[in-house]
Amino acid sequence: MLRVEEAQAPVEFSPELIKKFDDIVSRYPAGKQKSALLPILHLVQAEHGWLSSKAMDKVAEYLHLQDIEVYEVATFYSMYFLRPQGKYVLEVCRTGPCCLVGAEKIMDHIEQELGVKEGEVTPDGLFSWRGVECLAACGYAPVLQIGPEYTFYENLTNESVNKLIADLKARGSS
Amino acid sequence: MARKLLLEHINVPGINTLDVYRSKGGYASVEKALKTMSPEDVVEEVKKSGLRGRGGAGFPTGMKWSFLAKPEGVARYLVCNADESEPGTFKDRYLMNYIPHLLIEGMIVSSFALGAKVSYIYVRGEMMPQIRILEKAIAEAKNAGFLGKNILGSGYDLELYVQPGGGAYICGEETALLESLEGKRGNPRIKPPFPAIAGLYGCPTVVNNVESIAAVVPIINEGGEEYSKIGVGRSTGTKLISAGGNVKKPGVYEIDLGLPVEEFLYSDEFCGGIANGKRLKAVVAGGSSVPILPANLFLKTINNEPRLMSYESLADGGFVTGTMLGSGGFIAFDEDQCIVRNTWNFTRFYHHESCGQCSPCREGTGWMEKVLHRLENGHGSLSDMDLLVDVSKKIEGNTICPLGDAAAWPVASAIRHFRDEFEWHVTNASEAVTRNFGLAHYADPLTKKEAVA
Repeated sequence: MLRVEEAQAPVEFSPELIKKFDDIVSRYPAGKQKSALLPILHLVQAEHGWLSSKAMDKVAEYLHLQDIEVYEVATFYSMYFLRPQGKYVLEVCRTGPCCLVGAEKIMDHIEQELGVKEGEVTPDGLFSWRGVECLAACGYAPVLQIGPEYTFYENLTNESVNKLIADLKARGSS
Repeated sequence: MARKLLLEHINVPGINTLDVYRSKGGYASVEKALKTMSPEDVVEEVKKSGLRGRGGAGFPTGMKWSFLAKPEGVARYLVCNADESEPGTFKDRYLMNYIPHLLIEGMIVSSFALGAKVSYIYVRGEMMPQIRILEKAIAEAKNAGFLGKNILGSGYDLELYVQPGGGAYICGEETALLESLEGKRGNPRIKPPFPAIAGLYGCPTVVNNVESIAAVVPIINEGGEEYSKIGVGRSTGTKLISAGGNVKKPGVYEIDLGLPVEEFLYSDEFCGGIANGKRLKAVVAGGSSVPILPANLFLKTINNEPRLMSYESLADGGFVTGTMLGSGGFIAFDEDQCIVRNTWNFTRFYHHESCGQCSPCREGTGWMEKVLHRLENGHGSLSDMDLLVDVSKKIEGNTICPLGDAAAWPVASAIRHFRDEFEWHVTNASEAVTRNFGLAHYADPLTKKEAVA
């Protein structure tokens, strides 16, 4: 299920991005640059939308790690996407407290509105969605988040979801 | 109304900025500790306060600090556990979001007490907005001379960094968190050695929850003894409770430990009762991992004493008739909620979040999820309940970290207290798909005797 996919185009990190990497590495003691792996993967994903094996190899090269050390981390943590996603990934909390107040219905509604199943991308490339485990916002349930900023949308209703999708469509196609 | 120690100024406009925070007495504990106290004095105050770890385990914080090894020439670390992901718990997000300087102030004082020159706040990756808030607050604090070299002329140096996680519940376990902070998969380590001896990069390390570290601020300001006067018995101080589920007013509340649960649940100052005029069916009092209790057992102990929000009172009756305070993730279930479905949901969570290192947890959580799924969907059999209890017993205590226990307890307790509801899902399979079992004899208040299904 978890397989690493190949990007078509070669991956290059911009000098600005490398500068951010350097800044993160400086937080740790000398020789412990591996600690920077998780934050760097977040930055790469924010730039490219997902983590291709080429991008991960580049990260390994930058941090002086074996490729496998990057792959094993990227496949372990749920936030890293190993295949291309929609421009906006709607991540709906599906754990107990959210379900008590209707998260499952919200997910059904999103599926219907976007017309794609969980994990699939809409034909226009704008959206994908998935259920995720507890987002630690149970008091504002149901909730969803959208990366790479991980903006939060709380107390969802069908109407607020419709509005959100419409807003994103307007923003995404402009 | 009780005094608030952590959230007193949370509604002050601009409290997330250094200037406003300082105008409300912020960073006083840093000045007090660094200028007038030795690190040992700070540890002593925290010991006196009786503060217990607010992340869930409830281990005395001062004692944890005193275990820290201090070999010559080896760095020591303080790591703040902000990987808040226990279902039902959202207090740390709230605290970091609205009053980030409180955590930073606590980190400075605690790092000073432990002799750490570099400290990390490990925040779960999904909380990117909170990470940005903390990074901005750290920059402000550094500008004002509370971080960096020679803080307030005391000769003490400290650098503080925020580290994002990658979305893994298991990284809330302290050794998994350290692995993750080292850039690895979050597989918990075998203990001993404990982090106090060999933690981050093999150096002595203390890992504390956000709320525990924030609580150090009022402890230093007011003195450990004053702090210990709040609360009841060995449950001292105030606690943040995240109230969610079907309560009328969900949110984060700071309570004095020892508050009667009935008052917490029904008074307008706190949850304000059950939403939509419904009745209470069950409560998970301390995050999804702790045993679920039916309303009648939650409100009163088996000896008919009113239950209190304290470590001891909630645990009264052990796991047979009691539960745990845990992380303070309070989830109320109203009469329309299905216990079987919820237990399946929680078990799916643990299956998803199991790191896969220990077979009992990796396999057992998956088995339980499958059995619960078929029960919920009307394909179960009456022997499934014993099967679930059997699997849960084989996970519990047989894993490296407590995730196995955390996955076993909700299942075992749900079957212990709601076995008739599980059985009803088997005997009335077609009905169970479309409607719920209802309250039976669990409700509070019990207005009239209800026929079981």
